[in-house]
Amino acid sequence: MSLQSEAENRIDEEIVTDAVLEAALKSFRLSVHAWSEAAYQGPRAALALHPRRSWRLAAGWALGLTLLAGSVSGGVYETHHRQELAKTAAARAAEQQRQASEERARQEEELLAKVDSDVARAVPSAMEPLAQLMAEDESR
Amino acid sequence: MAAGTTWEAMTKATAQEIAGDEFSTVVATHRPQIFRFLLSSTRDVDLAETLTQECFLKAHRNWASFRGESSAMTWLMRIAINLQKDHWRNRRLQFWRHTQTNAVELDEASEWLPSGESSAEQQLLARERVGQVWQAVEGLSERQRTVFLLRYVEEMELSEIARTTGLNEGTVKAHLSRAVGRVRTHLGGKR
Repeated sequence: MSLQSEAENRIDEEIVTDAVLEAALKSFRLSVHAWSEAAYQGPRAALALHPRRSWRLAAGWALGLTLLAGSVSGGVYETHHRQELAKTAAARAAEQQRQASEERARQEEELLAKVDSDVARAVPSAMEPLAQLMAEDESR
Repeated sequence: MAAGTTWEAMTKATAQEIAGDEFSTVVATHRPQIFRFLLSSTRDVDLAETLTQECFLKAHRNWASFRGESSAMTWLMRIAINLQKDHWRNRRLQFWRHTQTNAVELDEASEWLPSGESSAEQQLLARERVGQVWQAVEGLSERQRTVFLLRYVEEMELSEIARTTGLNEGTVKAHLSRAVGRVRTHLGGKR
């Protein structure tokens, strides 16, 4: 008997003498048969027997949607916040501008009043008695 | 002449009808086994279903050329093995593409238990053993896995495996010996 044929015969003999191996191979065969039978009767139903897969899928979708919703609402909030800040800044700038223009108008008014009073004093104070006399003469 | 043509046409139609009936019988008889082999090879129910359909489609196209030199089962199994090989080859070549697979995890595949195990302890032990065999099968080469599954799941004779795979019987035994050795190593580690 050749070496190869000795090795060939050894396979089956070893399996028979190895009870654990024999039992494992038998369980494996029956397990595959049971799985195949269930899957063959209704492939979709067989998949549904493993809820972990659908649970993982659902959890994945939920997480994805949550992240999407979070990033969208974050973006919306950020835009809204920026718009609010810009509005406040614009209102503050307008107020400052209004105050500055009011201050400028007040200063201009004061300056004009001063000029008016200066212009109103047409005769120097030292000449005032003479001017009075002239006014009296004219009235006569 | 006209009568001859009519007769020929009738004969052809009848032959096609007979062939159609024969093929339907072949499908009904062998489809579960082909599906089971593909399921154990891929651990993917959807893929196994698709490849089974492809297998019978291919068989139907070539049914006329089937001479009956081997059994229909051997012929169909050979088609299934080639389809499975092509599938994995394409997957390897297209590794940059979307390679999502629906293959179940080894633990999940081991959940299917033979109903004969009576006690909870026996069931646990059987589940553990089935898981260890799956782990060993995962580590086998494509050819070793095919030979192993044909022998210990489909319970085919070695000569039949040789005819199905196109290998000589000695090579089949050598592959089987290595595969069994690997299974034994996996089982030995947990004994």
